[in-house]
Amino acid sequence: MAEITEVPSPFCGIGTDDLTIQVDGVSLKVVENGCAVNSPAFEQAITDTRPRVDGKDVSLDAAVAKAAALLKNTNQPVIGGCATDVNGMRALLALADRSGAVVDNMNFTGARNNFLALQDSGWMNTTLAEVKNRCDLLLVVGIDLEGFSPRFFERYLWNKESMFMDDTAKREVIYLGKAPSGTASTSPDGQTALVFECANEDLPDVVAVLRALVKGNPIRVDSVGGIAVADLQGIADKLKAASYSVVTWAAGALAYSQAELTVQTISEMVKDINDRNTRSSGLPLGGKEGDQTANQVCGWTTGYPARTRFSSGYPEYDPFLNDANALLANGEADALVWVQAFNVKAVPPVTALPTIVIGRSGMTFAKEPDVFIPVGTPGIDHVGHAYRMDNVVAIRLKKLRESGLSSTSDVLNAIEQAL
Amino acid sequence: MLIKLTGGAVYDPASGIDGAKQDIYIQDGRIVDKPSGDFQVDKEYDLKGKVVMSGAIDMHTHIGGGKGNIARTLLPEDHRADPVARTDITRSGCGHAMPSTFVTGYRYAEMGYTAGFEPAVLPINARQAHMEMADIPILDKGGYVLLGSDDYLLRMLTAKKDQKAINDYVAFTMQAAKAIGVKVVNPGGISAFKFNQRKLELDEQNSHYGVTPREILKSLATAVKELGITHPLHVHGCNLGVPGNMNTTLDTIQGIGGLPMHLTHIQFHSYGTEGDFKFSSGAAQIAEAVNKNKNITIDVGQILFGQTVTASGDNMRQHANHKHASPNKWVTMDIECDAGCGVVPFKYKDKNFVNALQWAIGLETFLLVDDPWRIFLTTDHPNGAPFTSYPHLIRLLMDRSFRNDVLSTIHPEAQKMTTLASIEREYSLQEIAIMTRAGAARLIGLQDRGGLSPGNWADITVYTDNADRQLMFEKPDYVFKDGELVVVDGKVIHTKWGTTHVVKPDFDASLEKDLQKYFDRFLTMKLGNFKISDDEITEDGRGSLTVHPLKGDVA
Repeated sequence: MAEITEVPSPFCGIGTDDLTIQVDGVSLKVVENGCAVNSPAFEQAITDTRPRVDGKDVSLDAAVAKAAALLKNTNQPVIGGCATDVNGMRALLALADRSGAVVDNMNFTGARNNFLALQDSGWMNTTLAEVKNRCDLLLVVGIDLEGFSPRFFERYLWNKESMFMDDTAKREVIYLGKAPSGTASTSPDGQTALVFECANEDLPDVVAVLRALVKGNPIRVDSVGGIAVADLQGIADKLKAASYSVVTWAAGALAYSQAELTVQTISEMVKDINDRNTRSSGLPLGGKEGDQTANQVCGWTTGYPARTRFSSGYPEYDPFLNDANALLANGEADALVWVQAFNVKAVPPVTALPTIVIGRSGMTFAKEPDVFIPVGTPGIDHVGHAYRMDNVVAIRLKKLRESGLSSTSDVLNAIEQAL
Repeated sequence: MLIKLTGGAVYDPASGIDGAKQDIYIQDGRIVDKPSGDFQVDKEYDLKGKVVMSGAIDMHTHIGGGKGNIARTLLPEDHRADPVARTDITRSGCGHAMPSTFVTGYRYAEMGYTAGFEPAVLPINARQAHMEMADIPILDKGGYVLLGSDDYLLRMLTAKKDQKAINDYVAFTMQAAKAIGVKVVNPGGISAFKFNQRKLELDEQNSHYGVTPREILKSLATAVKELGITHPLHVHGCNLGVPGNMNTTLDTIQGIGGLPMHLTHIQFHSYGTEGDFKFSSGAAQIAEAVNKNKNITIDVGQILFGQTVTASGDNMRQHANHKHASPNKWVTMDIECDAGCGVVPFKYKDKNFVNALQWAIGLETFLLVDDPWRIFLTTDHPNGAPFTSYPHLIRLLMDRSFRNDVLSTIHPEAQKMTTLASIEREYSLQEIAIMTRAGAARLIGLQDRGGLSPGNWADITVYTDNADRQLMFEKPDYVFKDGELVVVDGKVIHTKWGTTHVVKPDFDASLEKDLQKYFDRFLTMKLGNFKISDDEITEDGRGSLTVHPLKGDVA
């Protein structure tokens, strides 16, 4: 039995790297600094270690050969999931380039809300250490932050010391849209967050009014989405009065049509505040299970985020048409490769097409795929790199145990070679 | 395998050869002496009528790191106009302003470049810089680590820590981030922007720390010198793009007190306030100061007309410049109590007075600085223009009538405000070879690169002499990287992986105790997880590290 300290997590998106994990053979136990997201993800047991073809155990070589054979004569394969580490994504993109596949990260439809806003008007954002040391007002839009990331407040808001604030407990937290599910947002002094709830679909109006108030534009109604305009005026005043406010949201939680406009309104509001003689920054939440990693590696490899096709021989980005689910539903694909090295519950969409799954050991299927190759998890079974939510920081993932499971990159490289 | 390059005109400033016909022998990746006695040449290239130089080295090009990837993500429309298809030996990608990593490697190699150095590696983003550069084929690469707005250094300066302590911290950071140089961007200004300061003069205090840019420059330049780092402190000065900033630049040169200092993309820092538009060229005064102060080196950061994107660590100035964004979208970031970044697309127009004069200021600078060993050919890729415009820039420098033809097409008021038409100088091939090869290797401290004498790595570019220098430099006949033929007639025919150049200055290990406390109290990562291990560069079997000596080391 060994204990490994300072273990970084690829699961929670906020880059916690203070976990202590007990290793007993191939079973892991988070003994310090675990949370509801990280502990089960680390402790997930290994089940399969042998690849399967048509439900029967085979050697890795045989599984790779079968996967290559299935891909060989396809016209439009789709590689979904895209949940792995940097090297896994490198191999995935090499395979896609060779096979003319569509690459689509499984969380892209959510992330698209950010990309469309970014690619239309841009933003002013910040990273976690700046939040930890500077943020005097946190505005949380449309998300239960502690549900998303249980240790966010403990690590980045209620930290005992900060470089630029005498007392971090004096920080203010405001929720707009969703209410917090617990008390993590309550300050060490007992100050609870201000909460202004509204329905998801009212968020566009609510955020638009808040931005107008920040700019000093007149508003003719008394309430919007059930929130009094006077309350929104109070938020606007606090944003303008703060030295370094931070506005956070999760693109995936804005689950309604054209939510990119909400992200854009938030981001433009942050810019407006910066034109009013103070500082403010946006902080998009995300980064779980390799979604930022997929977009970063695809970004430098192709120029585009991870919803990109190679069927013309060169990368073509389309945030709508290259949606794997749409391609499957419309009969535009003829094979599915599903890559998910982090989460056994994130199984591929069920399809009649030839399906190859490169998945975390422990994954179970309603319909057995043609090929299943269980792989190790980056940060548990092999070293690797993963991006945190703030996109700037890549964490170095550790190898914690000797499981004998291959890495995503080994398997995908082998399939590419076999092609 | 013994390769012989026969009868080319060799331009090798590193060994003082200026166009003499010479044979070159290559074995095991390196240039070797002509073997003695009987020997068999396995492969001979007849280079009669050809020009032979070592592989070109871009000493300042944004090819790795987060801001470049933000720039890529921001501009899908730019990529769509320049798709790059895969071939049997090359990967697909995109080109133009901020190309994909693979295309970056191919296109540099296809112009005869064999190395590029990323000048703004944020310590906290160094992993990304190296991971991106690891996906750039053919080229060697390296980075200058960015300090000067990081809170740890500013706290040290406020606490009046001694120079030895600063040196230890600089050395630690270079090792942790795997760097070969040290860069400072708007010294203290990136931090000041986080405290809502919108400008910072050379002697203006950071409102929180009470430290001035001048103090930061002095302490970092001293550290670089005392640690024996060959590459002088690489400085992106205060007030980038501000009319009148030439005075800041002159003051910066004077204020450094003779310490070695490299002023980067100096074109953006050479502006006066004369004329009807209150914007004028300071190139003559800047060039005079550079000529006089032998401790100073510069690269130009030439702008060329067309669409590009600017990506900088200087979020203070980029925020101010966002009103010029074209298309109108832009990003700034405050980053990890470490630095920041700003990404603003630009379209430089020859009919815009300011852009036209910027173009002329860059060229004046090239032509008025006497010593080609102390000036370097850059566009600050992609900020002034994409690196693919270098052959055009070389023609502007080597061909006065071409230069004057272009000059006659720019904004008429800008034509009146520049002395360019009266400058007769034309760069020689040898001077181009100095700026893009021998000088760059010497400046960075690259051992066994940038020269063609025996012992050097065989990074070699062969051109067909052509009076149209743009055509000549666009399409080399041959490019060898580490002795392997990678380009023929301007097309990649074979790919390989270059090395990562670093230095490893020593530091007092007790520093890490204090740093560990600082990381635990204020940052978001454990110190042990921050440091980049050698494995991270080499474990994929493609990357390697080349450690260069420090000054004073016994080779």
